[in-house]
Amino acid sequence: MASLSVPASGRGLLRRPTANTGFWSWFTTVDHKKIGILYGMSAFVFFIIGGLEALLIRAQLYQPDGTLLNADQYNQIFTMHGITMIFLFVMPMSAAFFNYMIPLQIGARDVAFPRLNAYSFWVFLLGGLFLYSSPFLGGAPNGGWFGYAPNSTTDPSIGMTFYAIGLLITGIASTVGAVNLAVTVVNMRAPGMTLFRMPPFVWMGLVVQFLLVFSLPIITIALFQLLFDRRWDTAFFDPTRGGEPILWQHLFWLFGHPEVYILILPAFGIISEILPVFSRKPLFGYQFVVFSGIAIGFIGFGVWAHHMFAAGLGPVANTAFGITTAIIAIPTGIKIFNWMGTMYGGDIRFASPMLYAVGAVAMFVIGGLSGVTHAIVPSDYQQTDTYYIVAHFHYVIFGGAVFGIFAGLFYWWPKVFGRKLGEASGKVQFWLLLVGFNLAFGPMHILGLQGMIRREYTYPETLGLTFWNQMSTVGAFLIALSVLMFMVNAVRTQLKARGETIEDPWDARTLEWLTSSPPPAHNFDEIPTVHALDEFWHRKYVEDERTGRLVPAQAGASDESEPPHGGGHGSIHLPGPSYWPLVSGLGLPIMGYGVLYSWWLIGLGAVVVLVGFYGWALEPSVAEE
Amino acid sequence: MADLAISPEHGAAGAQDEHATSTGLPNTKIAMWVFLASECMLFGALISTYVLYRGSSQTGPYPDDVFDIPYTSVSSFVLLASSLTMVLALASAQKHDVARMRLWLLTTAMLGLTFVGGQVYEFTLFYDEGLSITTNLFGTTFYVLTGFHGVHVTVGILMLLSLVSFSAADRLPHDAAFPVEMVGLYWHFVDIVWIVIFTVVYLIPTPSPAPA
Amino acid sequence: MGARLTVRKQALWTLGLVALALLLSACSSEATQDTLQPVGEVAKQQKALFVPVFWVAVGVFVIVQGGILYIAIRYRHRKGRERMPRQTHGNTRLEIGWTIAPAVVLAVVMVPTVSLIWELARPPAADALNITVEGYQWWWGFSYTDDDMVTDWDRPITIADTMVVPTGREVYLSLESVGGGAQDANGDPDFQVIHSFWVPELFGKQDVVPSQTNHILFSVDEPGTYEGQCAEFCGLQHALMKLEVVALEPDDWDAWVANQQTLPPGPTDPLAKQGEELFLNPLSDGRGACTACHAVGDAGGAAAPNLTHFADPTHTCFAGCNWATEDREALAAWLEDPGAQKLGAKMPDYGLSPDEIDALVAYLYSLT
Repeated sequence: MASLSVPASGRGLLRRPTANTGFWSWFTTVDHKKIGILYGMSAFVFFIIGGLEALLIRAQLYQPDGTLLNADQYNQIFTMHGITMIFLFVMPMSAAFFNYMIPLQIGARDVAFPRLNAYSFWVFLLGGLFLYSSPFLGGAPNGGWFGYAPNSTTDPSIGMTFYAIGLLITGIASTVGAVNLAVTVVNMRAPGMTLFRMPPFVWMGLVVQFLLVFSLPIITIALFQLLFDRRWDTAFFDPTRGGEPILWQHLFWLFGHPEVYILILPAFGIISEILPVFSRKPLFGYQFVVFSGIAIGFIGFGVWAHHMFAAGLGPVANTAFGITTAIIAIPTGIKIFNWMGTMYGGDIRFASPMLYAVGAVAMFVIGGLSGVTHAIVPSDYQQTDTYYIVAHFHYVIFGGAVFGIFAGLFYWWPKVFGRKLGEASGKVQFWLLLVGFNLAFGPMHILGLQGMIRREYTYPETLGLTFWNQMSTVGAFLIALSVLMFMVNAVRTQLKARGETIEDPWDARTLEWLTSSPPPAHNFDEIPTVHALDEFWHRKYVEDERTGRLVPAQAGASDESEPPHGGGHGSIHLPGPSYWPLVSGLGLPIMGYGVLYSWWLIGLGAVVVLVGFYGWALEPSVAEE
Repeated sequence: MADLAISPEHGAAGAQDEHATSTGLPNTKIAMWVFLASECMLFGALISTYVLYRGSSQTGPYPDDVFDIPYTSVSSFVLLASSLTMVLALASAQKHDVARMRLWLLTTAMLGLTFVGGQVYEFTLFYDEGLSITTNLFGTTFYVLTGFHGVHVTVGILMLLSLVSFSAADRLPHDAAFPVEMVGLYWHFVDIVWIVIFTVVYLIPTPSPAPA
Repeated sequence: MGARLTVRKQALWTLGLVALALLLSACSSEATQDTLQPVGEVAKQQKALFVPVFWVAVGVFVIVQGGILYIAIRYRHRKGRERMPRQTHGNTRLEIGWTIAPAVVLAVVMVPTVSLIWELARPPAADALNITVEGYQWWWGFSYTDDDMVTDWDRPITIADTMVVPTGREVYLSLESVGGGAQDANGDPDFQVIHSFWVPELFGKQDVVPSQTNHILFSVDEPGTYEGQCAEFCGLQHALMKLEVVALEPDDWDAWVANQQTLPPGPTDPLAKQGEELFLNPLSDGRGACTACHAVGDAGGAAAPNLTHFADPTHTCFAGCNWATEDREALAAWLEDPGAQKLGAKMPDYGLSPDEIDALVAYLYSLT
């Protein structure tokens, strides 16, 4: 085994941490795998919180004139539900998968900037905690996750100021993480891994990072403008001084639409990994899947005003955006047909990951179709701001992205933890989730078309909406039950003694399965050389000369098989653990509280940031010999 | 494919350095370009806001009432000159002329500081003429746009001074040209943004509404 | 073979029955804001565009989901049969096919779509009725701005909560967001925010945006009452910002206009007269005055609903159209403490005594 060097404790103000194991090592780790786990666990906790908020919403709406929550409480809860699910669950959970898997799938030892990676995680977590401190400090954000001005600029509660600052903080985390992962994919691939030999999950990841890089700055400016209007009385969205509230919507949705592709493309990547493995065939139309992902990324910047069809932009704009919205359905459809082509003619095994992946495709199709109906602009004048829209985006985000996330969890659990989640429980949980999900959100199509507006804390009996609201609430609680089952499954799996290590439980195709489960800190004893797409698969199976069919390769037959040789290519230098990412990250929420309460705190926070960055810059990332 | 080119960097921090990269370029350089792309979007949003609201202020002072184009031209020239000195600093670093490198870096920082100082002074003049950040849309959009730019310049000055002090403390890698080049990329970007701002905000005339 | 077909058939039948149940329930509803039971011309056109596209989507759904189900069942692994499937990488013809086919379908669908966008954006006919719709936090005001809609006291006819329109004539709405002088119990004013004006059975919504004026052009042939509500989150009581549209046949419409243009007959009974005194004059003990915000005739302000013809039969609801005007108890409760009925309402609790409330109610009911 190649020798591994770990940094000795260094000079400087703080003794450099050295531990790579143990509780405290999680605070200083720069290992992409541990950071991936940190992201995953934090995101899951926020998923639970967001889910509880959803249950409160559904319980309140179970009957007309509900009294469980008053208007003020309801508005905070639905706002936090949206913010939590989007910014604190789906995005960080995608980051968890990208962080853990991308370096492994491209044959790298870590990401391009490991300490920056840790920084991204801590800033995300601190941003989430900052947002959730708001109910204790005067009120949670209550203006919707979309925060339309002037309601968001004029609302008397402190909540929307927390909203602006909190999302600015999490936005920094995502931007920094995006730069890191983009450079990793572009620049750290194993020898022989050309762009078109990358797994589709890595491709989707690359597109997502560029979507983040280009869209986050726009909402950053919008949030600053909102913050300045609220805190320092600027005129950005003030109609009495000539400000135009529509500007907020443009800026928000210029980010917001690429954001929804940021939410779904990771799941598309996961699906594109799982379907081939469990059909035992390559991804059908790999280049088309890749190109359609890139196309979706580009066109995604051209459809934003379809969220504003009723805002009065005029027939020219509405026509243009209606057309671009219709166009973006095409690359999406291409992916779906290619996934079907992957399964067609295969030898399909329906283990839990596969159930979830196919479920995700099926649910996304429904959401995608309702999305196409929104492109019918005059009809959207009826649909927009109703539960018909709520149905649409839950089908694509929950049905598509969250089912995809569950697929990824079941698929990669053995890679990360060396053991498989319980299969029987997983299957039951899938069907329960499928039923509960459709019961919760299916009826919302009807509710919307029958006149139920969004974001209302109650509705009268006379509107005839009661029955389907009740069904929806029942569905929501079934979802909760399913998630609970998953958690029990996870805990039981982790608590039981690890049996024999399963190296390649699914007979997979990509490089992360080349190394042990879980991988060692340095990922690969030797960086593999890549000769083809699905490199790992091709090392296991070769074409039989006689029949042309695939047969298992002889052990050791390939020159590039990977038994670890001793010594060989010199020592592997891994970046050492560090306090500085966490320390400099802490400066940001301090500055945030400063904006709310005191200029001195802003100054203090800035000092913490600067000290953190200088400590970081002066600390070598690798061992000092 | 050509992406097996070897480009080792020695010394600069990061596990990346000792290995070949897929593009042949160092990670930090690609990261800086990607970051600058996001900064384009950031300033794009700010400038778009300014342009959208141009001419929409309901009360004065208006741009014509406060702008002193000759003054700001000098200030812009100072910033432009700092890009030249930045290039000279990089050239010195590439020739391993450490003393000259530090000199040019310091000069760049001083010129940047002069620019920022000039901006701050200009803002105090505007404020005295009744233009605050809350007065009207012009005040709001102008101060926020130029303020963001000023903060970016200030961060750049900090980075320049850090390069000088790290060099003096012998904490820069042997190949000092690389971090100097990275800071240079950022500095030039900030300068280009200023050229756009100067043109769009100061030079292109804003129609003042007719007096009531 | 038989077993597989049965499973697939079962699955498809189940799906079909569920879909049918959903559709039937959607059609035969008691929903009063049902976009699928349009009455107004615009709403009918919008549904007429939606329905065919919906069926196209259903068709795609059946094909795709059916395909997935078929493939999942047909190609599932059979125990004991180990086979390595053919490692097909793709098929360019198929790719072209399934790129072009959806594009064609979408293009076809977009033609009537674009056509209706422009149709709905057309300018109004010369004889259209002009109404300015005003969005407040959290109620709707309506101002009839045509020259022939002016009252005897030289103001446009102004009402709240119910919008009255004639049948068989174009109505052109100008949507304005208004912030006013009204304040809630914490002293927070009525802010100028974005609302959205929606009466599902008559027309799809348009947003009410400060700094711009959006329009809705519509007409309705059937007399009746149509319900609607604000459809863009506008703050605390967004859920309770409702309205009704009352469509009157021409004779009734003329009578209504004539009535609105004159002052109501003064209150006749003593209790109502007391109420009038209370309404028109500042309340005792410096509690304030109703006319600071409300108006009857030319007396009073514009920050709150105009009460001139409060008891007219067409004025069916009040306070954001959450309570029926004829519901005496609700009216009394509102006057007693608006914030208790509607949290955050921009009308303070004036500390009115039960007698004062009785008098005011009698007065309001005299305003026919």
